[in-house]
Amino acid sequence: MISQFFVLSQRGDNIVFRDYRGEVAKGSAEIFFRKVKFWKEDEAEEAPPVFNVDGVNYIHVKVVGLFFVATSRVNVPPSLVLELLQRIARVTKDYLGVLNEDSIRKNFVLVYELLDEVIDFGYPQTTSTEVLKSYVFNEPIVVDAGRLPPLGPAAIFMQGTKRMPGTAVTKSVVATEPGGKKREEIFVDIIEKISVTFSSSGYILTSEIDGTIQMKSYLTGNPEIRLALNEDLSIGRNGSSLYDYRSSSGSGTVILDDCNFHESVHLESFDVDRTLSLIPPDGEFAVMNYRMTQEFKPPFRVTALIEEAGSSRAEVILKIRADFSPNVTANTITVQMPVPSYTMRASFELEAGATGQTTDFKEGSRRLEWNLKKIVGGAEHTLRAKLTFSQEIHGNIAKEAGPVNMNFTIPMYNASKLQVRYLQIAKKSKTYNPYRWVRYVTQANSYVARL
Amino acid sequence: MAPPVSTPKSASPSQPSGKSEVTDLKLQLRQLAGSRAPGADDAKRDLFKRVISCMTVGIDVSPAFSEMVMCSATSDVVLKKMCYLYVGNYARCNPDLALLTINFLQKDCHDQDPTIRGLALRSLCSLRVQNLVEYLVAPLAAGLKDHSSYVRTVAAIGVLKLYHISATMCHDSDFPAALKALMLSDPDAQVVANCLYSLLEIWTQDAANSDEAAREIETLYGKSIIYYLLNRIKDFSEWAQCLVLDLVSKYIPSDNNEIFDMMNLLEDRLQHANGAVVLATIKVFLHLTMSMTDVHQQVYERIKAPLLTLVGAGSPEQSYAVLCHLHLLVMRAPMLFSSDYKHFYCQFSDPSYVKKLKLEMLTAIANESNTYEIVTELCEYAGNVDVPIARESIRAVGKIALQQYDVNAIVDRLLQFLEMEKDYVTAETLVLVKDLLRKYPQWSHDCIAVVGNISSNSIQEPKAKAALIWMLGEYSQDMMDAPYVLESLVENWEEEHSPEVRLHLLTAVMRCFFKRAPETQKALGAALAAGLADNNQDVHDRALFYYRLLQYDVAVAERVVNPPKQAVSVFADTQSSEIKDRIFDEFNSLSVVYQKPSYLFTDKEHRGPFEFSENLSNLAIGGDSGDDVIHSAQRYEENDKDLLLSTSDKEENGGPTHNGSSTYSAPSDVNSSRSLVSSSTTQPAAFAIDDLLGLGVLDTPVLPPPPALSLNAKPVLDPGTFQKKWGQLTVSSSQESTLSIQGVASLTAPQSLIKHMQNNSIQCIASGGQPPNYKFFFFAQKEGSSSFFLVECIVNTASAKAQIKIKADDASASDAFASLFQSALSNFGSS
Repeated sequence: MISQFFVLSQRGDNIVFRDYRGEVAKGSAEIFFRKVKFWKEDEAEEAPPVFNVDGVNYIHVKVVGLFFVATSRVNVPPSLVLELLQRIARVTKDYLGVLNEDSIRKNFVLVYELLDEVIDFGYPQTTSTEVLKSYVFNEPIVVDAGRLPPLGPAAIFMQGTKRMPGTAVTKSVVATEPGGKKREEIFVDIIEKISVTFSSSGYILTSEIDGTIQMKSYLTGNPEIRLALNEDLSIGRNGSSLYDYRSSSGSGTVILDDCNFHESVHLESFDVDRTLSLIPPDGEFAVMNYRMTQEFKPPFRVTALIEEAGSSRAEVILKIRADFSPNVTANTITVQMPVPSYTMRASFELEAGATGQTTDFKEGSRRLEWNLKKIVGGAEHTLRAKLTFSQEIHGNIAKEAGPVNMNFTIPMYNASKLQVRYLQIAKKSKTYNPYRWVRYVTQANSYVARL
Repeated sequence: MAPPVSTPKSASPSQPSGKSEVTDLKLQLRQLAGSRAPGADDAKRDLFKRVISCMTVGIDVSPAFSEMVMCSATSDVVLKKMCYLYVGNYARCNPDLALLTINFLQKDCHDQDPTIRGLALRSLCSLRVQNLVEYLVAPLAAGLKDHSSYVRTVAAIGVLKLYHISATMCHDSDFPAALKALMLSDPDAQVVANCLYSLLEIWTQDAANSDEAAREIETLYGKSIIYYLLNRIKDFSEWAQCLVLDLVSKYIPSDNNEIFDMMNLLEDRLQHANGAVVLATIKVFLHLTMSMTDVHQQVYERIKAPLLTLVGAGSPEQSYAVLCHLHLLVMRAPMLFSSDYKHFYCQFSDPSYVKKLKLEMLTAIANESNTYEIVTELCEYAGNVDVPIARESIRAVGKIALQQYDVNAIVDRLLQFLEMEKDYVTAETLVLVKDLLRKYPQWSHDCIAVVGNISSNSIQEPKAKAALIWMLGEYSQDMMDAPYVLESLVENWEEEHSPEVRLHLLTAVMRCFFKRAPETQKALGAALAAGLADNNQDVHDRALFYYRLLQYDVAVAERVVNPPKQAVSVFADTQSSEIKDRIFDEFNSLSVVYQKPSYLFTDKEHRGPFEFSENLSNLAIGGDSGDDVIHSAQRYEENDKDLLLSTSDKEENGGPTHNGSSTYSAPSDVNSSRSLVSSSTTQPAAFAIDDLLGLGVLDTPVLPPPPALSLNAKPVLDPGTFQKKWGQLTVSSSQESTLSIQGVASLTAPQSLIKHMQNNSIQCIASGGQPPNYKFFFFAQKEGSSSFFLVECIVNTASAKAQIKIKADDASASDAFASLFQSALSNFGSS
């Protein structure tokens, strides 16, 4: 059971503090913050999410730069508390529209109302956004989402105002819109985090996709929804989890290693025609999480080269090629490469006519950084850098540099080829035709090329 | 509440600055108190918000208590809720003022709106004021019968709150019985869950003093309640499902069919998106199948995929918690995961605490088929920018080498590390090469060739330097310049800050001397001289010891310092298998994350509802065995736990249970006085007498003649059987013994006694403790018979006494064994 729950800002201020059982001393937030801040000074290690100080267990998750913390004196299941903390963050976001320090500060009374119902005397009660509606009486004060750090991968849809209604995902489930009438709409996001490791020869060593189908419903009257996935989708790799890149490639079938579902999902027809049926609860939730180690085509090819150029100089060549269709554009790309610790200077040479690209040599962490605003499918970009060392090179310089790590986001692209064939909403009347948005996004989780 | 925050960051109204603010708030509240003017509620809302905001940042706004109460007469729900929050926070410190709130809370408990009734009841129960409990009983009783399920959920937890304020009041009102009835009948699953939360906590606390509560707890784990809950598991919220599943994991099914039925029923819980539900289900599966080896293994196969999906799906924190459990399973059954090794490769974005876990898992699952790939991957990390992880990776490579898979290739890799010329890589590698050589002396030629090229000047870390010096001493015959390297190190004696390195240097020079005397003589002289003048006691003593040994007889000195060595076959495991089993029993708890059993990090009064049996453990051990409350399976489990308790912990537990405690503590009282006498009388003479007679025992009334019992030199008994036997047998002999002075001196770590007893054909199966208390479990087997002797031996080095409890398959041989054991024990240190 949970003794206290609190939310701390990055600077360690209490934004919300709720004591449920009165069995942990009041200075706990301060103890927690100091411990996290100075976990292991010498080794610059991050504090683990769970630790114990003087018999008090501190369990925390970091969300949008804030600490959501629970304390407990008993031997609780850690995953239960961590899930609960994450859920509290999500429910709060459902109500406030945007989750950040400012919105919580402005709505702390509402947050207290939620906390009152979510946990009683340390025991979790309900985290259903829908059920909670009947106990929340404060109107949320909506905060401008524009310049604030967003929550979760779906935040990508807030960037720019293209076809998506920009504010949709930042809409509170309870707030009435300025127009008066609630807009009937539903969002289905297929979010994939991909991990790829390339060997020095460009060969794929490991690859994995962790995906989630996330839903956010603003439909009134809880209509039933049918979500159809690829018909030839298969699950499980016949008990073998060995990576076999030859099998099943080319056939086009999507093979998931495993998946799990939100409790509202009915799987009766899933085995027959890969259709999920559910009555979506209010708020944001993951309909399905899945994991895939089947071979897929990585969106980027990365090649990195470091060569000696004289006794205390070296040249680095970084090349990335976008292996996807030209009507898809990746954005916010970062390429990082650690260089030998005795590197003093680096001078960069971008290709002619490059726009939206910046380069940097981070002296503290001895890293080259290359940022690209966007990369259009099919394009190839190269960066050359000349390194100057403070000492002469000995041994294999390639062993002292790398690996190259890449971060990116690609909207309207999914590496697994898992698709939502259709999204059907049970009709209430002939004129009932809510907006439905099905969106895809792929992000790098760990995209590494070795030297 | 919270500690005060240094300085409020902004000047927004929600960030007041302290005392004057409180006075100001009081004033404004008073003005509004009686106001019925339109807009007054809005003004009040603003004011209340400011008060709550002060409360949050840690400003004490309790002086405004009466003003807040005055303002609370309102029909505005938002205002009411803020007021409840305020009152709940400060009532405990202002019990007198809290009385003021009773009135309106009680009134609200009768409100038409169930939401208001529930809120009021919750706040009423949260006041935590001793002298107001009488006001709680009636609203609670009504709340439990309320037709709104919301009010009943609040009331069910309310009973628990009342129990914490006044347990007697709670019992006098017969609330536990009411909760039980409600739990078994209520249509609302959350009401059922809350009743269960409350009952578990109440009865667990009561169980220490009341057999009835203990029996009630038993019924919760009984078939009828477990089935009742399982049948409606899908009605429960995901959180309550975790509670039910945890309860189920304690259930002992009667036959295999029941086990399969339950597993089939819960199968789909493994596909739940909530990791907490999945882990709770896995715990049920693992515990249900403990006795069915092949099914247990199938369970491992079944849960792999869901666990890996959870690792990938959640936030880094969530996947860490899941990964910790995966780590536990991998460590228990590495073979089952040997083909999944790629899942445990470190990812760029993993935080270091995750990487560490993964490295340990990779080390554990390395076998013939995957070692090459795993080691290749680990070698990639060795050049990592994250230095702590690079170090861990090198250590992991070394550990894999020590596991005997593909040593050949690994040694090559390790030697390549040395060529990288990164100082921390070199340092870690040297330590590993040293360990490798202790296990595989046959590799010395390859290693020494490379190690010989390393300049001792380039190594700064004491551990690495000590390792290098050890190798110089050990392999000085193979390393051309060993004597000269050592000599130069001796010359820089003054600059060597680490005593560990200086100790190694002394020994290495000695060893080198025995192999290449003419070249080393000068260095040895210098080293001994420097050592004798050293400020560090250990260094000084070792130098003096070597010096005198050489003076006495060089041949003897060689036998002492440079004996032929046996290769080490297995390096000691850091964690005993008992501890590991205990952690496994506590699957899906913090124990798994901390990698230690809960008694090491929780206070006794906060042990969870399911750990109650620990309190009862003394019943079965110390008390007479005719206790029919606990059936045998249960007792078996308690004994398990007892086995793992440290001595001090166990004494703590002795407290409130009935005669168990008295039987346990009585002997120790007698003991302490007795041992005072014995130690004072024996101490001066002990040296001589002990050596001659091998007896240090004065307490035992009559010492039997040298026993005619002979023991099997290599008995075999696995921990499981030991625990079972220990649970089944009764104590056949219980005695105290005094340790010789030398014995106490040698007992710096449990291992020394374990070795000694081994030489006497008595094997240790478990040991633990911190100075001065050690606890051992030994066993021995009668030669040519299948009958075992089991011994619990608690040694206190401060008082030099040992308490011995012996259980024997063959009770008639118990006395003979006891004296054998005692004489072996008293010999300890003198041989």
